[in-house]
Amino acid sequence: MDFNLTEERQMLQDTLRRFLSERYTTTERNAIIDSDTGLSAEIWGELAELGVIGALFTEDQGGFGGAGYDISTVFEELGRAGVVEPFLDTVILGGGLIAALGNDTQHSLVEEVIGGGLHLALAHGEPASRYDLSRVETTAKVDGDDIVLEGRKAVVINAEAAGYLIVSARESGGPFSLDGISLFLVPADASGLTMQGYPMMSGGRAAEVTLDNVRVPASARLGAEGAGFQALTDVVARANVALAAEAMGAMESATELTREYLMTRKQFGRPIGTFQALAHRFSDLLIELEQARSAVTNAAGHLDSDDRDRQIAAARNLIARTGRLVAEEAIQMHGGIAMTQEYELAHIAKRIVMTDHRFGDADYHLERFIGLSAA
Amino acid sequence: MDLSYSEEELAFRDEVRTFLEEKLPKDMSDKIRRGEHIGKEGHELWHSILNEKGWLSYGWPKEFGGAEWNAVQRHIFEDECAAAYAPRIVPFGLSMLAPVLQKFGSKEQQDHYLPRILDGTDWWCQGYSEPGAGSDLASLKTRAVRDGDHYVVNGQKSWTTLGQYADWIFCLVRTDPEAKQQEGISFLLIDMNTPGIEVRPIVLLDGTPEVNEVFFDNVRVPVENLVGEENKGWTYAKYLLTHERTGIAGVGFSRAGLDAVKRVARQESANGRPLIENPHFAARMAQVEIDLMAMSTTNLRIISQAAAGQAPGVESSMLKVKGTIIRQEINDLARRAVGPYAMPFASEAVEGDNDPIGPDYAGPVAAQYFNNRKLSIFGGSNEIQRGIIAKVKMGG
Repeated sequence: MDFNLTEERQMLQDTLRRFLSERYTTTERNAIIDSDTGLSAEIWGELAELGVIGALFTEDQGGFGGAGYDISTVFEELGRAGVVEPFLDTVILGGGLIAALGNDTQHSLVEEVIGGGLHLALAHGEPASRYDLSRVETTAKVDGDDIVLEGRKAVVINAEAAGYLIVSARESGGPFSLDGISLFLVPADASGLTMQGYPMMSGGRAAEVTLDNVRVPASARLGAEGAGFQALTDVVARANVALAAEAMGAMESATELTREYLMTRKQFGRPIGTFQALAHRFSDLLIELEQARSAVTNAAGHLDSDDRDRQIAAARNLIARTGRLVAEEAIQMHGGIAMTQEYELAHIAKRIVMTDHRFGDADYHLERFIGLSAA
Repeated sequence: MDLSYSEEELAFRDEVRTFLEEKLPKDMSDKIRRGEHIGKEGHELWHSILNEKGWLSYGWPKEFGGAEWNAVQRHIFEDECAAAYAPRIVPFGLSMLAPVLQKFGSKEQQDHYLPRILDGTDWWCQGYSEPGAGSDLASLKTRAVRDGDHYVVNGQKSWTTLGQYADWIFCLVRTDPEAKQQEGISFLLIDMNTPGIEVRPIVLLDGTPEVNEVFFDNVRVPVENLVGEENKGWTYAKYLLTHERTGIAGVGFSRAGLDAVKRVARQESANGRPLIENPHFAARMAQVEIDLMAMSTTNLRIISQAAAGQAPGVESSMLKVKGTIIRQEINDLARRAVGPYAMPFASEAVEGDNDPIGPDYAGPVAAQYFNNRKLSIFGGSNEIQRGIIAKVKMGG
């Protein structure tokens, strides 16, 4: 049994933590959030250079990591600093799908992603699909040498920055069937593809994407016809490890900010942390934080096991519960200051809570856990 | 024991309902239902509609032109307003300053300021909290030094809600720095247009500029703007806290909020079924509703005691704690109900002048969830309320 990070991962963690604490200050980050693009190309490039993106791919794929603990190591640090740049979308989801399914031509895009020169977005969720991965009503129809895509995609994160959108579309079956979903690499400037872009609650940008008679060549198909669901499930499993780790890192920040505040802020002539009512509640946060860390360890460690989906459902459920507690208690124990945009905790709390809305909230993962445990 | 309203009370409720049906502008209630802001003009319009009917001053005594409703009537009115998605009445002038002026102000102050509150001439804001004096309000530092027939005010107030709209601010200031904390404080009325005042917005975590910092740099305030006696301001401010606060539980807001969640849960689907049939979500909704039903009766029990002339004590604190927990839980449900569409930051949707992203009910829910974290912080945090309850009830 060994719960330590390998030397390489420890170095990656140290480097990333140092870089972000120096470069990714609250002021810098809030300026990024307010910017038109919602991300910093400069920071993205520097992090690519540090190897942060390469660490999320296996050697076969052109990287030098790609395991569950690589994902959790990187995303914990991104979460700690409240990073809004789209690592999940470009790297884990977009890059992950191309690395898993792409032919040689398509695979060259992974290299571009690792170098920091290409952004991607997964255009999968639809206005009515909520967290259900199989619900796809966008259609793909073969027309001569082309494929014609029709449909609407909801909350496509990073769509505006992406060079390509990976679009899921149905070639057969009903709206919920697991078979018949195909994936396509669609250039963001494809004719007939329109975006309504907007900022998101916890930073970054997304868009509502409409596909109106979008024609792509058959070579745009990613993987086999109608077999996209399994690949989506696999890549979303990795995304869930990333999200859980990111929330856990953010929870550590929230707790540390709270500790500092409790021991500095004086009311009634003494630091408020010396009031037992607050000290005990702070202790509860630390207890839950240990639970969260272990849940992430479980999920990351089972990414390639048969028990993967149950472990991940457990981690996301636990993180959703403890995350909400930590975010709300951290704000409450701070008082008014935590309600202000310019204070670090405001953003950190939003990152934690809004994790709930990607690939399933506490209830969704609880149901999944129940279903998988009964099976 | 009788849980129902009397015939007179029911008749009163019908009168309120009819009034709201006829006079509450539809576009205004639509905005409130969607969680959008209505701006200064919207609030002023709603105040003028109520004032025309004589109901804006419903909590005021008759001698000041008020309707002088009893606690049950006030509760019915507030409940019906919330259910109809009427805007909340901006409380600063009407229910925070006015009772103090009516009890402690001079005849001149009453004659001058009270009518202007009713007819909308003056928008008031509250200058109590400071950056270093939140829950420990009595440690406030803003200084007022007498200089001839003026006070010279220096310092800073914080968390001044809607101060950007205000013509006047009522302030707690320190006039005797030597006295014990609570004893050197005075209650001053300050014209926001006086030279030396600067208002800076504080952007809250949901992106709205709702609260402000107000800076005072050698601001000269005529001595006739002192309310009551010098160094007695703490007594006046505390009077407000013990003043009956029927609305503190927010039962009407919670009920309206829960109705909205149910409506959304009927329209949203999870796994191909309406969300309202999802056992986990349904259980969460049911638990809040059960808590709300009980709290609503607690609220009525206390209101009927108040109507019978018993001043509520720690019950106000209890209602504040439970009421905010319930409201925040409902905000959490609303956020969950909309799924991924909680993610767009719909600042435009909150202001209500752009196409919504996703379903129109989704826009403001995440913002409201974050914004309403304030409910358990302001007006005496829930920790302060628990301290009050323990102090009174444990007899220590």
